[in-house]
Amino acid sequence: MTLDKIKLEDCVTISNINGDNLLKRRLLDLGFIPETLIKCVLISPFKDPKAYKIAGNIIALRNIDAANIEVSYANN
Amino acid sequence: MRTINVALIGTPNVGKSTIYNTLTKNNVHTGNWSGKTVGVSRGECSYLDINYVFYDLPGTYSLISKSKEEVVATDFIVFNKFDVAVVVCDATSLDKGINLVLQTKEICKNVVVCINLIDEAKKKGIKIDYKLLEERLDSKVVGISARNNVGLDQLLETIKESKIKNYLNIDYGVLNDFIDEALLNINCDDYNKRWIALKILENNTYYINKFKEMNILNKSDINRGNIDVNMEVAIKLCKKTREILKDVVTYKRLDYDIKERKIDRVLTSKIFGIPIMLIILFTCFYLTIIGANYPSSLMFSFFASLENKFISLFDFLFIPSIISDLLVNGVYKTLYWVVSVMLPPMLIFFPLFTFLEDLGVLPRIAFNMDRAFSKCRACGKQALTMCMGIGCNAVGVTGARIIDSKRERLIAILTNIFMPCNGKFPSLIAIITIFFVGLDKTYGAFFCALLLTIIIFLGIILTFLVSYILSKTILKGEPSSFTIELPPYRVPKLLDTIKYSVKNRAVFVLGRAIKVAVPAGVIIWVIANIKINNLPILNYLVNIFNPIGVLLGLDGIIVLALLLGFPANEIVLPIMLMGYLNTNTLIEMDNLYVLKDIFVNNGWTIKTALCFITMFMYRFPCSTTLLTIYKETNSKFYTLLSVLLPLIIGIILCLLINFTL
Repeated sequence: MTLDKIKLEDCVTISNINGDNLLKRRLLDLGFIPETLIKCVLISPFKDPKAYKIAGNIIALRNIDAANIEVSYANN
Repeated sequence: MRTINVALIGTPNVGKSTIYNTLTKNNVHTGNWSGKTVGVSRGECSYLDINYVFYDLPGTYSLISKSKEEVVATDFIVFNKFDVAVVVCDATSLDKGINLVLQTKEICKNVVVCINLIDEAKKKGIKIDYKLLEERLDSKVVGISARNNVGLDQLLETIKESKIKNYLNIDYGVLNDFIDEALLNINCDDYNKRWIALKILENNTYYINKFKEMNILNKSDINRGNIDVNMEVAIKLCKKTREILKDVVTYKRLDYDIKERKIDRVLTSKIFGIPIMLIILFTCFYLTIIGANYPSSLMFSFFASLENKFISLFDFLFIPSIISDLLVNGVYKTLYWVVSVMLPPMLIFFPLFTFLEDLGVLPRIAFNMDRAFSKCRACGKQALTMCMGIGCNAVGVTGARIIDSKRERLIAILTNIFMPCNGKFPSLIAIITIFFVGLDKTYGAFFCALLLTIIIFLGIILTFLVSYILSKTILKGEPSSFTIELPPYRVPKLLDTIKYSVKNRAVFVLGRAIKVAVPAGVIIWVIANIKINNLPILNYLVNIFNPIGVLLGLDGIIVLALLLGFPANEIVLPIMLMGYLNTNTLIEMDNLYVLKDIFVNNGWTIKTALCFITMFMYRFPCSTTLLTIYKETNSKFYTLLSVLLPLIIGIILCLLINFTL
């Protein structure tokens, strides 16, 4: 599953990052790193972008970019 | 006296600039959003017989990426001579900060870790074990709260005591063999070879070329296999960060930010998100208009009453009447016009705007509006540069550096002019009140603010339209990625906000306006009073511009004022009035009734007012902005385009208004 598909308040674990180098680099910088927990906390008025909480920060991503992030549901 | 050179680094929005300002008494503005600092600022302070020189570097998430700010920061750390690097971290999210500390320790031997915002962390129930962190990092760690001026002395002490260590060598696992292989091609002692090797593995062309030019590197082609180097590096750095922070940070409660998320839900809600933003904008205007009215007219009558006194004084001093007329009716009148019209609204609007900025509302606006920008193939951060443009277009243009993609940055720069800057507000408010709201109407200020909000709203629509057209024609391309951090809300210190906005923004803008008002006053007086064949030069000029003016629904004086006002938007209206008054008999202009009379006597109708507002809004950027555009784009073509784009749109709109209404 990819990050853009998760629902508000859903908590998942990042498993992989795809996409072009620039975006990947940017995402890695922001803390989107495999094995990290991530939660969808906000959806903008037009449903895109959405904001996620990761490592204590709130980061907004466009759905098209979030689709590059593979996630799976956290075990708890 | 011993001097210590200090580089300040940190992830965006951790309060680096606040530390810098507090210590050096400089006034770099610190907004609550990422990427506010874009260049390197230098400032000094002395403490206990030591002179500290601070270099405030732009905020960066990492020292690996290739965006402008990151290169500026990395370059500074790698190539500049300084003594200590202070990495500023946010106590409420240490991960990011410590990650940057590790990267800094790879390229700098003397690093101090400064954990800012400890007050906020305390409020959120986050506990940090400084001792343990210090041990694990092998660097001095100091906790401070720069906003409250807590711990800054200790920071300076720590900087003084910090010692040189070895470069940090991180275990990059599978990459280690490749690093060793690359090391064979590097010969230097001044830099960390392992870091240079890492740049080769990352295929970072910028640094590879740089080190090749310095004869440090002779070969950069290396077999990397199928490994995703960037990903490996990030994962290793992240793992190392987590190891270090284990048991260092403890949370008392996990829902420490529940209140902020609730506010966010409202501010970005489907129904209320956009209206709330417009209401915020409207409220700012409304408060500005009602607050500025009375002091403005008070200042007017005060300055006007001094006019005759000046004339008598000059008479008394036997100064020729032509000189005294030039000084009083030319220079002084323009000057007090500009001051009385501009100062009160600025003193209200700037603090309001700075307050919103510091609070952290602006990134939420970008978040709400991004979808529309993405449809126009532009970047949501353009919403931020637009907000800055409402303060000052030159600031908005510089601020466009926060946009990574060059194409999207150019779009933001070229369209920034569609947001009227603060210098235009007083004149717009005057014209709107006189011609569209009416004088002395109940709720006059309310409707004026409403119309102003509508004008801005139309400007936003135009921005979208032009952005779309640009990305379909000259600046073709797909939207790149958009990532923005929504920072925690920080209630600004009211007094600091007011002090800052008055000291920096208001005085700066007013100072600039005065600087151009004086020569403009002289020019206007000269062309209005020096006669050729018994007719003032003004008449000739007005006659030249009159046909164009009439075509656009204006007149010669308006066109002349719009042109002469090129150095600053603030002086367009005063120039216009000087023009009208000097060709007619002189009268005092101490309130809007008199203004109205002047306009009406010179043939203004609602249509003229509408055309004026249009042309005034979309004339061309003022000289400062234009210079900034040239500096930022480094292109004559785009600078020219930034003039032609609004000008053509303004002319088309005026023609439409003039010939259809």
